[in-house]
Amino acid sequence: MGMRRWWSYALGGLAAAAAWVAIYLNLAAVARWTTYSLAGLTPGTHLASAVEFFVFEAPKVLMLLVLVVFGVGIIRSFFTPERTRRVLAGRRESMGNVLAALLGTVTPFCSCSAVPLFIGFVTTGVPLGVTFSFLVSAPMVNEVALVLLFGLLGWKVAALYMSTGLVIAIVSGWTIGRLHLERFVEPWVFQMQAAAVDGSDAPASWADRLRSGADAVVDIVGRVWPWVLAGIAVGAGIHGYVPEQFMASIMGKGAWWAVPLAVLVGIPMYSNAAGIIPVVQALLAKGAALGTVLAFMMAVIGLSLPETIILRKVLRPQLIAVFVGVVGVGILIVGYLFNAIF
Amino acid sequence: MVITVYGPGCARCHETERVVRNVLAELQHDADLQKISDYQAMAAAGVLATPAVAVDGVIKLSGRIPKPDEVKAWLK
Repeated sequence: MGMRRWWSYALGGLAAAAAWVAIYLNLAAVARWTTYSLAGLTPGTHLASAVEFFVFEAPKVLMLLVLVVFGVGIIRSFFTPERTRRVLAGRRESMGNVLAALLGTVTPFCSCSAVPLFIGFVTTGVPLGVTFSFLVSAPMVNEVALVLLFGLLGWKVAALYMSTGLVIAIVSGWTIGRLHLERFVEPWVFQMQAAAVDGSDAPASWADRLRSGADAVVDIVGRVWPWVLAGIAVGAGIHGYVPEQFMASIMGKGAWWAVPLAVLVGIPMYSNAAGIIPVVQALLAKGAALGTVLAFMMAVIGLSLPETIILRKVLRPQLIAVFVGVVGVGILIVGYLFNAIF
Repeated sequence: MVITVYGPGCARCHETERVVRNVLAELQHDADLQKISDYQAMAAAGVLATPAVAVDGVIKLSGRIPKPDEVKAWLK
């Protein structure tokens, strides 16, 4: 890349960053102005508080998403599934589980690739339990979930979600490894001679990496924005119209059955983080307990029915049951733990 | 020349096939386009992330949709 081109990129980037910050800092004022001056709503009414919530949170979350997805897209260009496999192949358990859970957060992954990835991992020397740590962490701890948690619930909840999600991925992968369940993998998987080729498409230059950041924004934000808007709209409705403390009786700390119920309801629910977290935030504001809500979120995002159905191609039902059971128990413990602490 | 698109049938896999097909039509290239959605065949070829594209058996790209320019470069 020529020097002049480099400078024009750098200046363009700086201008974009400055515009981003200026808009972001003024979102609250714009939301108030839109709600009370432009739309002329009366302060304190249900409608006004719902509208103000939406007009503030929707652009805020979308702007954070663009920024973080761009950054994560650049980080991901350093990690490919092939490289991750090379790091994990032949690893001892324990350390392997930790590494797999961490790499799961940064390695590009989509649940439609879960099967080829599973085969490619277990047939080239990545232990079964280590593979599961990766498969639990990759969908659960993702940048979209973390941005929404950070934007709507603050950094503490985002950090809690991330750290407990990693612990669940590490411990459940380790447990599955200890149980020696290789016999419940479909037998043809281990009979395969999978080629351990390394992808040749690793981008080399910084221009390529910046482009993969931009591609990630187009791809991911382009896919999730309707979910974000729908989720925030439902959240805004709950904010404006559901009475304070309404959720306290159903999802509050007092009800011991709330955590298992949240997990059971969450598993078959098909939504992504973008749609579910704004709703969850509204529930919290109406008196739901943090642990219950965290468990619900993890069950929806981390244990999805479509993914388990896809994995059925390579796993016997017994192993799928153990997988869902072990991860589910981990989520339950997290739920009860946080209800007890906070 | 044989171009193979690996994908179990997700939206991004269809898009990948479409991009490759369009480039072939644009250049009037006579390469064979294969579509493989069988997981065993994918694993045997060493594909870890879908969609993936191989040219004459060599994996050129995986885990994302190729750009038309990339496809053109492989065909040279």
